[in-house]
Amino acid sequence: MLLELKDVRRTFGGLAAVDGASLAVEAGEVHGLIGPNGAGKTTLLNLISGLIPATSGTIRLDGVRLDGLPSHRIAALGVTRTYQNIRLFPALTAADNVLVGAHLKRHAPLWRRMLFLPSAAVEERGAREASLALLGRVGMAERARERASNLSYGEQRRVEIARALASSPRVMLLDEPTAGMNPGEVAAIAELIRGVSRAGHSVLLVEHNVKLVMKVCDRITVLDFGKVIADGTPAEVASDPAVIAAYLGGEAAA
Amino acid sequence: MSLGGLQDFWLTYQSTVAFVGLNGLLALSVYTTLSCGQLSLAQAAFMAIGAYASAILTFHTRAPFALNLAVATLLPALVAVPLGLPVLRLKGVFLAIATIGFGEVVRLFFVNLDFTNGALGLTAVPQRTAIWMIYAALAVALFVLWRVRGSRAGYALEAIREDEPAARTMGIDVARYKLAMLALGAAFAGLAGALEAHYTFMVAPGTYSFTRVVDMLVYAVVGGTGIFYGPVVGATFLTLLPEVLREVGSRVGLQPGPLRLFVNGLVLLLVILFLPEGISSLPGRLRARRRARREAHAA
Repeated sequence: MLLELKDVRRTFGGLAAVDGASLAVEAGEVHGLIGPNGAGKTTLLNLISGLIPATSGTIRLDGVRLDGLPSHRIAALGVTRTYQNIRLFPALTAADNVLVGAHLKRHAPLWRRMLFLPSAAVEERGAREASLALLGRVGMAERARERASNLSYGEQRRVEIARALASSPRVMLLDEPTAGMNPGEVAAIAELIRGVSRAGHSVLLVEHNVKLVMKVCDRITVLDFGKVIADGTPAEVASDPAVIAAYLGGEAAA
Repeated sequence: MSLGGLQDFWLTYQSTVAFVGLNGLLALSVYTTLSCGQLSLAQAAFMAIGAYASAILTFHTRAPFALNLAVATLLPALVAVPLGLPVLRLKGVFLAIATIGFGEVVRLFFVNLDFTNGALGLTAVPQRTAIWMIYAALAVALFVLWRVRGSRAGYALEAIREDEPAARTMGIDVARYKLAMLALGAAFAGLAGALEAHYTFMVAPGTYSFTRVVDMLVYAVVGGTGIFYGPVVGATFLTLLPEVLREVGSRVGLQPGPLRLFVNGLVLLLVILFLPEGISSLPGRLRARRRARREAHAA
């Protein structure tokens, strides 16, 4: 088991946004996380990436406790993410955004650059080439020099995925990567997610597009009111009465 | 201009030349912390620490001036670390207020100490600063900031300025970078403080007040904080402006005082309204405009 959450709880005032959730993401798997609006999916991602602390429970990556660590340490251990409301660095170009994503992978002491050592220039060229290659992988090579703020919604989402991939994470958390995309773009993202998992990265995918989730995920966890109500393969989850009740309302299941 | 005329000119304006360099260095010290989105207004206090340290060392030891300058550079950077650890958790206006508070504490500390001659400050500080030293210090500061830009650290700073939580989840140790830039800015300010003290013969606590920080900030804003040399452009412009205005004013028979304040305020207002990214963004804007016009013609 690569990423393991046990009885994770997070309360805001009296409200439990995540209420004792447990889930496990296996190595190389695409794991879906679905649930109605307000089920606590984004909160769960924020807990894993350390943006907010958990009230209780444990989060482990390959046995190492992540809960309580600062975000940058969690990223260094191999968990990166994208955001539901896209958080690219707007004034930087697409390529430079990906270059920032490679921060953890780069070994470039500043003094070498200060002394104009050739090794510094070689490292920089390598990092730039790797960023451009990643942009190519998400189909954004020809937009590399455009400022992030000038890119379309779908383009920004793809650059954000490239940025999250740049540090070669063990687990990538994707928060609604297809929100606001047209069907053609959604198909491209589905292909991209499968490619990412084939390359050995695990993916935890929060997504509202049920068709996409059913197509790309190996396993799915369903969250409702902060609690896990179902967990299994796409086929198991789709036929689970509790899931149908959560999505269609209590009476429909009865 | 004859050789004699040139000599007269230099005698009249050498202190202006010195202050262009000093103000440039001070503007860079504000810019350094601003470059990762932090507004620190403690720069005058760091400057005071550098000035007092160097002057006191000169009075009580036989240490060479270079060593005094090194102490004046390192000491404020060391002080910045324990200040930064708690204070850099604050954001925006709260950080500004906390650093103003620190600045006042440092100033009052020096004012109330006998060792530093209280409110009178230190006078008859030996003049050791040559103008080339000021410009050498400015060149070093510009070199450091130039090389940081575009480096791994430089991109990390830009990321922090743009979106701090996102930078954090990219694995950037935000607290460490902020602290490093606060310390670097403090070092620039301390060095400028020491160079100024040994140029003007004195260390007067009144010169390290809040208004001095506001001056530095205005240099940086007028020059532009989008690029590392912008603050130096602003400092140069605003330091030369009163001199030019005095010349012009005396020729047309105007009182220099009120005219200067009026024009200073006007320049700040015009820059903020029409050049929000500062004077240093002007060439790029003109180029973009020319290109747009050419494309409009072509179309």
